[in-house]
Amino acid sequence: MEAKGSKPVMVIGGGIAGLQAAIDLGDMGIKVHLIESKPSIGGRMAQLDKTFPTNDCSICILSPKMAECYRHPNITLHTYSEIKEVSGKMGDFSVKVLKKARFVKEKECIGCGDCAAKCPVRVLDEFDMELRRRGAVYLYFLQALPMVMTIDRDNCLYLTRGVCRICEKVCTRQAIDFEQKDTEIDLDVGGIIVATGFDPFNPIGLSEYGYKRYRNVVTALEYERLICASGPTGGHLLRPSDRKPAEKIAFIQCVGSRDVKNNSYCSAVCCMHVTKEAILAREHDPKTQSYVFYMDMRAVGKGFQRYITRGEEEYRIKYIRGRVAKITEDLEGNPIIWYEKTIGPTTEKMKVDLAVLATSFVPRRGTEELAKILGVELDEYGFFKTEPYAPFNSTREGIFVCGCCREPVDIPDSVAQASGAAAKAAEIVTGGYS
Amino acid sequence: MEEARVGVFVCRCGTNIGGFLDVPALVEYAKGLPNVVYSKENLYTCSEAGLTEIRQAIAEQKLNRVIVASCTPRTHEPLFRNTCKEAGLNPYLFEFVNIRDQCSWVHMQETKKATEKAKDLIRMGVARARLLEPQEEIEVEVAPSALVIGGGIAGMTCALSLADRGFEVTLVEREKKLGGLLKDLYKLYPTQGDAVELIGAKIREIEKNRNIEVLTSATVKEIKGFFGNYDVTVKQGEKDFPFRAGVVVIATGAEEFKPVGMYGYEGKNVVTQLELERMLKENKFNANNVVMIQCVGARNEGRNYCSRVCCMTALNNAMIILERNPKAQVFTLYRDMQTYGFYEDLYRKAREKGIIFVKYSPERPPAVDEGVVKVFDEFLGEELRLPYNLVVLSTPMVAHPDSKELAQMLKVPVDEYGFFLEAHVKLRPLDFATDGVYLCGSAHWPSTVSESIAQAYGAASRASIPMSRRHVVAEPIVSVVDQEKCIGCGLCEMICPFKAIRVEETPKGRIARTITASCKGCGVCGASCPQRAITMRHFKDEQMLAEVVVLAEGK
Repeated sequence: MEAKGSKPVMVIGGGIAGLQAAIDLGDMGIKVHLIESKPSIGGRMAQLDKTFPTNDCSICILSPKMAECYRHPNITLHTYSEIKEVSGKMGDFSVKVLKKARFVKEKECIGCGDCAAKCPVRVLDEFDMELRRRGAVYLYFLQALPMVMTIDRDNCLYLTRGVCRICEKVCTRQAIDFEQKDTEIDLDVGGIIVATGFDPFNPIGLSEYGYKRYRNVVTALEYERLICASGPTGGHLLRPSDRKPAEKIAFIQCVGSRDVKNNSYCSAVCCMHVTKEAILAREHDPKTQSYVFYMDMRAVGKGFQRYITRGEEEYRIKYIRGRVAKITEDLEGNPIIWYEKTIGPTTEKMKVDLAVLATSFVPRRGTEELAKILGVELDEYGFFKTEPYAPFNSTREGIFVCGCCREPVDIPDSVAQASGAAAKAAEIVTGGYS
Repeated sequence: MEEARVGVFVCRCGTNIGGFLDVPALVEYAKGLPNVVYSKENLYTCSEAGLTEIRQAIAEQKLNRVIVASCTPRTHEPLFRNTCKEAGLNPYLFEFVNIRDQCSWVHMQETKKATEKAKDLIRMGVARARLLEPQEEIEVEVAPSALVIGGGIAGMTCALSLADRGFEVTLVEREKKLGGLLKDLYKLYPTQGDAVELIGAKIREIEKNRNIEVLTSATVKEIKGFFGNYDVTVKQGEKDFPFRAGVVVIATGAEEFKPVGMYGYEGKNVVTQLELERMLKENKFNANNVVMIQCVGARNEGRNYCSRVCCMTALNNAMIILERNPKAQVFTLYRDMQTYGFYEDLYRKAREKGIIFVKYSPERPPAVDEGVVKVFDEFLGEELRLPYNLVVLSTPMVAHPDSKELAQMLKVPVDEYGFFLEAHVKLRPLDFATDGVYLCGSAHWPSTVSESIAQAYGAASRASIPMSRRHVVAEPIVSVVDQEKCIGCGLCEMICPFKAIRVEETPKGRIARTITASCKGCGVCGASCPQRAITMRHFKDEQMLAEVVVLAEGK
């Protein structure tokens, strides 16, 4: 099943959008090069605990897709790799890809973790939103694909100071290779799909919320890791300061979103993911009480309104329309939420165990550089620019865009868009059926 | 058949199973069951490490049956079957035991009892696995032609994408002209583009494309056959058009809810947004005081959903009104403004332009009286009396009443509101559980023009996959008729919901025969056959009874 004579397509980004685009193309018989900058495919969806509105376990539904992509005969994975240069035109692009050295032989390593257990370095773990420490040699996450370790060159004692090499000694398969070098490869492709996703907005600049000043003020993505079974607390919702179970939780919406000083757009999914997070808290512990501070409850997708109703009725979530002016902290480390109730209106305060900031979606770090390399424009918000009625077309012919790198969207929209971008790329490379 | 050598893999699924069931005890228990030669626990059996262990154990332990006790076959059976296949084992010698969705998740508070139940489930799985037989998958040819139902923006876009890739497309539209809902729209948000121009351009592209046949004023009369080879009959006037299609795309859209009997709706001074657009388009708009009411007939008990597009439609039309008549005063009465994503920009612009927003609660809805709308403003805590020349009601999109009929014809489900129900809410938004049928646009859920276009390309991608491959592999879980026992009574043919079994005249008399490519393996025929002449492959009586027997026997 190979489309004859067709050029391969390059997909940039191995999150749910990139995976779906690659699988669709691969299934059509088109060869795909999937480029992922992180050590594993999976993207943001891999970091989520469950998904709304069905409460499906996120990694459980994602990992079969990851495996499908990993084993697909038409898909070549390039993880831990970056785009360096793009030349040519639609139908005939040449791309230089930098494959970063892992210092681990991919063919030998089985991801057993013996090396990580002995690594003396402890650094903050990116996948677990810095809520846990890992070694300088590490597995990106438990279900990572490829299932191989990576040595972080900025923190490895041998690579920075020339001492240690313990990992090399403990590896029974001689998989550690400090001689590995970064390599550059050239790939010829007919079309390019960009699916680089989003970063959560860093709320440190919104000093009124006390993020990073108060340990029990976390972002929603940090919360996802806290409540996830494979997360740093083993799925027990323990607040960071004293590992006390969080039973009273405040969720603060639109942190950085709908805010002309930061991101004036709405991030489209926070009303729903926060409802899910509040539902999960109560599923973990029926004593939990959640409060959601919001401006407008946006529940525009299939089954979303019903999910909110369920949250209110079955899980006793209290939705409070109002803005949080500031967060302070008492001597026990409990966040105090100072807010204005817009219906009333009154100003009130509330003491909680944990405050969760629903931060907006912003373009992934490096989007500007990538746009320059690709020769495409960004929109006023810094996302890849597209046209409403040609929703996947970037400003350069033959380069398509899908998922959260073009606008914040939820998972089903990302998947639908990924398939759509695949159709556009297929139109170029197959040049017609038969 | 050679002696069964069963391997049992018990998945911890992180803490999803491991946190509630005693997994080591389950592994030990499995080791003591008849024919089990190997048992092992995995943190995640579905991870590459877990799958490698399965492959290795098949080779090293000479396993000829594999059981995974974990989450659910709904998402993971194909993966484990494939893994067996890669290790040289027939994939139908794999058996799934569901100890997560149907055990650890539902008995979180009763760890001990749940572990006992999981033991029962594993014992049953082993009893069944011992009797499993290898099956050969069925290959079906796929015709490289598509039927796209619905000639709105979604259907037209999908047809064009498929045709550009070289596939033959028949586009069926029940109205006289292509264009769907957009025919009646005026200016589109967020670009202020002209709706009629947009569809005009699409229609011209379609007319030029030799791979698309358009049938307007036409309805789908009948769809026979099965995935890859649907025999379709489209009725156009008195004439029938029969043709063959490999795949079907549903793009039938939705329609605006008419708020008869609500808020004094009469279609003249109290109109819907769609009616307002027609007034604007035909230059018949003339009002100084306009009041728009959001969520009319939506987000309430009868229709507990937000229709996604109405807030943007209202904002867009309100701004057009201000452009036409700068003296006009527009009030928008809302519950929550649903301007998600970049549409927030419209909301900000509307406020800048002077449109006034009043929040009401569903407990105290607005009332439309003679010349005045009364509304309780939640922020002010007071009732406002707003004079009007025109009230515009934002009503939700609702499913076409005839979508149910189409759903039945194609054997695909609709949700409680009549919208078509996709295969998986998260990961398969454009597929149906039934292979070979796809969907896009507002037939799935109210969507903006841009979203409909995006989904249409997506559905084109999904539909093109089997057509590019030219064939598909169907599950061999189908019914088989024992020719000796069958008396040709025809009961099975009568009750089969998929038209997948037929009584035929043979030299031996009337005998039923399964059309394997259409059979979904539901088992209705087998259960009802008075002669017990029908068995289901992979679900034979003795395989299922073996499970019941070991359950009844206890440990």
